[in-house]
Amino acid sequence: MSNCCKQPALGIDRRTALKGLATGVAALALPASNASASVWEAFFQKHFRELSKDELKQVLARLTKEYSQEFGKEVSVKATPAIEGVTYGYGLDLSRCIGCRRCVYGCVAENNQSRDPQIHWIRVLQLEQEKGTALEYAEHYYNPQTVPEEGHFYMPVQCQQCSNPPCTKVCPVQATWPEKDGIVVVDYNWCIGCRYCMAACPYGARHFNWGKANVPADELNPDTHYLGNRPRPIGVVEKCTFCIQRTREQPGRYPACEEICPVGARKFGNLNDPESEMRYLIENKRVFILKEELNTQPKFFYFYAT
Amino acid sequence: MKNIWSFFMGTLVLISKGSKAYYIWVGSLLGLAGLGVIGYLYQLNQGLAVTAMKDQVSWGFYISNFTFLVGVAAAAVLLVIPAYVYHWKPIKEIAVLGELLAISAICMCLMFVTVDIGRPDRFWHLIPKIGLLNFPQSLLAWDVVVLNIYLTLNLVIAVYILYETYYKRVPNKSFTTPLLLLSIPAAISIHTVTAFLYNGLGARPFWNASILAPRFLASAFCSGPAFMILLFLLIRKYTKFRIQDEAIHKVAELIAYAMFINLFLFGAEVFKEYYTGSVHLAPLEYLLQGLHGHNALVPWIWTALIFNISAFFIFLIPETRKNNVTLVIGCMLIFTGVYIEKGMGLVIPGFVPDVLHEIYEYAPTGIELLVSMGIWSAGLLIFTMLLRVAIPILNGDFHVADDGVGSHIGDQMFFIGKKAREEAVNSE
Repeated sequence: MSNCCKQPALGIDRRTALKGLATGVAALALPASNASASVWEAFFQKHFRELSKDELKQVLARLTKEYSQEFGKEVSVKATPAIEGVTYGYGLDLSRCIGCRRCVYGCVAENNQSRDPQIHWIRVLQLEQEKGTALEYAEHYYNPQTVPEEGHFYMPVQCQQCSNPPCTKVCPVQATWPEKDGIVVVDYNWCIGCRYCMAACPYGARHFNWGKANVPADELNPDTHYLGNRPRPIGVVEKCTFCIQRTREQPGRYPACEEICPVGARKFGNLNDPESEMRYLIENKRVFILKEELNTQPKFFYFYAT
Repeated sequence: MKNIWSFFMGTLVLISKGSKAYYIWVGSLLGLAGLGVIGYLYQLNQGLAVTAMKDQVSWGFYISNFTFLVGVAAAAVLLVIPAYVYHWKPIKEIAVLGELLAISAICMCLMFVTVDIGRPDRFWHLIPKIGLLNFPQSLLAWDVVVLNIYLTLNLVIAVYILYETYYKRVPNKSFTTPLLLLSIPAAISIHTVTAFLYNGLGARPFWNASILAPRFLASAFCSGPAFMILLFLLIRKYTKFRIQDEAIHKVAELIAYAMFINLFLFGAEVFKEYYTGSVHLAPLEYLLQGLHGHNALVPWIWTALIFNISAFFIFLIPETRKNNVTLVIGCMLIFTGVYIEKGMGLVIPGFVPDVLHEIYEYAPTGIELLVSMGIWSAGLLIFTMLLRVAIPILNGDFHVADDGVGSHIGDQMFFIGKKAREEAVNSE
């Protein structure tokens, strides 16, 4: 117990070691140093939606300090609320996507997913042209020299930001919920890691931190959101948030996957704005949603522009 | 208050006494449970990455064991109904043992859930008022509620009856009867809710069949009672407690009916999926035949089916169900068969193929097996301790001393050899 605070090898720092200890034997640990105070604050932290303005400020300050220390650089943690009157929607042009997976890795860089173990919020499926969008013929780990491959087309799948999300319904502690702008978020400090939401999601959009997340400090995106891309603790679920840290800014920025797509297959916009590109797509192209028989009402629309 | 204290102290003295076999048994369970704790500490330190679970198969061996044990716990009701609804005396004498089994099984369930969650330090988020229990939306929240109600009911009933018997009083029926009657729907509810937990997921066609809850109940009424019969035979053989043949044979007969319903419902499910032949067939195909060369569960499920069908005939035919040798074989077949079918056989195909039709073949790691073995040992230890107190009380070997303060312990051994048992019975 007494050597818990020494600097262990393998890059596990003092804070992490303490946190690990608190995780396991919280009752026995009773650490007394300054760093441990934040462990207890984290332990007793209330649910995100029950925090008062002042409490939220304190939490964000604590996390900012923690992350900045851990990664040795300035990290900001914001909690920008939903913009009034906005509902986000996403469009994916299957006739353009070439399956290059730039979106996958653009997302990882932007959203600070663990590199090892590897977590991807976007999964690009290689489908056979003759079989259409039948998922049972999907190839998940295609790896040719060049894409697209003859006779195939590609379908990226990520969180569909359902309006009737089966994942939030099943959470036993309300650690995940749809925000006013339609983004389904997770409070990483409230999630107990039961993974019921992962069983409930029809799109494989939820990912679990089976081990300690590993993001190299120099690759960490320091612009983070509490409900989005801040560094994740071990043992909790995470998912795509339409880059909440970007899209809620005013003026807003596009999600990283949309921005990086080399062929313009990805579209994003405000579904409530009649002038938006998303509305144009829905009204002028023919869109479809994945697994519509489940009545999840996704805000992620697939279409063939050409 | 003083009475409760002296009863409690008496039980502590009692469980510390026993024959050599008793010490070896308890010592081994403690040792194995200790190994499980070490395994769990390692898992806490490294994260659930030390298990074979992945995003594709996000529940594994732990939740399989949990599901099976909810069934074992629910099965106590199969003793309570004949005992307290039909007032059938041979079973009334042993019904309390079923309640103790339910208590132990629920404790194991809670342990299996605890080792499966990523953040056990946040368990308090589940406590209503203090945390934020998502009731009535989440079926897992329902499960937390009904499991705790069922655990409390069984604890109150069993402890009250034993406590009163210890003080040589007749338990007050107007207190126990309503609780016992309440424990019947409570038992059915724990299994129904656990089935609904899987059943309600549109994303998982293997579970999203309304036949699931009835199948859960039918198989629960096989596995739990099968365990109880084995236990009755052991208790009868190695302790001074007497259990009538009639009671055992009646339970065996009930198992035969439950197993028939279980097999029938499974057959109905198999017919529907294979005849329709839609994409929803894939998980069942994975289970029964293997899918695209992946067939880890195939030998297991066929073993389970053969065990269950053989056991059905053993319990159906009066001659074999009344023969102790075939009876023991039948119970073991059922317990193993249902353990496979309602454990890994139910949980894993829900995830294979996964929602995007990827196939990841799951098999538990050494750590998962070690931790699970630890929990089974801890559960058996709890059950042994409960029986160590209950059986002498029911036998009249453990009661308040004549001075009304201390306790009289007539049974110093607990586990005794067959010969010693005969002598003890004859001397009475």
